[in-house]
Amino acid sequence: MAKVIIPTPLRKFTDNQASFETNSENVYDAIKALSGAFPDIQKHLFDEQGQIRSFLRIYLGDEDINVLDKEKTSLKAEDVLSIIPAIAGGKN
Amino acid sequence: MAQETFSKEELSRYSRHLIIPEFNIEGQRKLKAAKVLVVGTGGLGAPLLQYLAAAGVGTIGVLDFDIVEDSNLQRQVLFSTNDIGKPKVLAAKERLEGLNPYINIVTHNVHLSSENALDIVKDYDLVADGTDNFPTRYLVNDACVLLGKTNVYASIYRFDGQVSVFNYKNEDGVFGPNYRDLFPSPPPPGLVPSCAEGGVLGVLPGIVGSLQANEVIKVITGVGEPLVGRLFLFDAMNFETRTVKVHRDENNPLNGKNPTITALVDYQEFCGMKQNNEDDIKKISVQEFIELQKSEEPFQLIDVREDFEYEIANIEGLHIPLADVEEEVDQIVSDRKVVIHCKSGGRSKKAIELLEKEFGFSNLYNLTGGVDAYFDVVDAD
Repeated sequence: MAKVIIPTPLRKFTDNQASFETNSENVYDAIKALSGAFPDIQKHLFDEQGQIRSFLRIYLGDEDINVLDKEKTSLKAEDVLSIIPAIAGGKN
Repeated sequence: MAQETFSKEELSRYSRHLIIPEFNIEGQRKLKAAKVLVVGTGGLGAPLLQYLAAAGVGTIGVLDFDIVEDSNLQRQVLFSTNDIGKPKVLAAKERLEGLNPYINIVTHNVHLSSENALDIVKDYDLVADGTDNFPTRYLVNDACVLLGKTNVYASIYRFDGQVSVFNYKNEDGVFGPNYRDLFPSPPPPGLVPSCAEGGVLGVLPGIVGSLQANEVIKVITGVGEPLVGRLFLFDAMNFETRTVKVHRDENNPLNGKNPTITALVDYQEFCGMKQNNEDDIKKISVQEFIELQKSEEPFQLIDVREDFEYEIANIEGLHIPLADVEEEVDQIVSDRKVVIHCKSGGRSKKAIELLEKEFGFSNLYNLTGGVDAYFDVVDAD
């Protein structure tokens, strides 16, 4: 099963679960499966048009899916998918 | 450039650098000649400034508009208890000059804005971004890209840290990715919790700010491989680190194939946050509030005074002292009118400014004159 790593800012929508395992065959389905398992996270992952939000980057291993096959990038059992959000803290 | 020279005292001070073969006197000269602007004198700024000053960076610009508060001291180890109430840049200058009298500290006690950013940044070789909000992140990035400066970036949230080196010009004159290549647009306000809401582990900015200082020193001296085209991620909770790739995006509006941004823009607007002037804050008079109480219209009332004030007398509002507003933000509704009050209207105004700016609320009303005015009217009746 492929593993999706959930970033801390989104963990409050996954009962603090840090990762999620899925049999999905591509990136889009894996993110969909995650939001199916935790409905509260859905609006944080997808915009109104159903696209993955642009302040989130999705990485397969250390590679940006945008230089692979984007959301259609296929997943293998051992793959690790990371959702990387923009965070802005640092001063206060 | 005139060759930097060192006094005997300086040579002794920097001796641990000088004996590193890759670094030696050449690296130290480059540090002395360098001008680095550190934006934000907070959690990240604290280790950054101290290590850059200690390392002998010749000119350090310190930019911030805040004053030192007691709640800063949990992580902003640049400051001491005696600094509470002082402008951060002045407290920082004092501390850094005490640490290294052989360098030049330039203070900018201002809010970095689209109006002043290019003018300030142009005098520096490199910028280290240690700010705390998305508008300033994009502002710093864009100013650096427009001026061709490297932006050493670090950011934190709760237990997470991110570090990268943006807009780095390599030997062939080619610029590496910048912040907009990584994150083309910011999250809508209120969607992802801000650092202010989520809090931050005190030591995390110390770790991440030190990594940032390391990258600044590497970029200046040319020692090692700077974190260009890569994003370092640190999860302090599980002690996991990852480094992922960052690519140039041909759609980048600043320096992609068809650039559309050629000057600084309104970053509050870009991030979906309207700049709040006092006049923008919605107010409700005591009379209007009494009418609201009598009406059927649902609303939430919030009292942001201190515990002891609430205990003396209250009008049954949800009690969230001003200092706890960010922490308790989940209790504040966004689907109906929210009236916020304090004793006379000052603290509630601050609470509203914060909630609008940091969390994107647009349904908040300040009770004019506060609970004092309310009791005056009710007692008279």
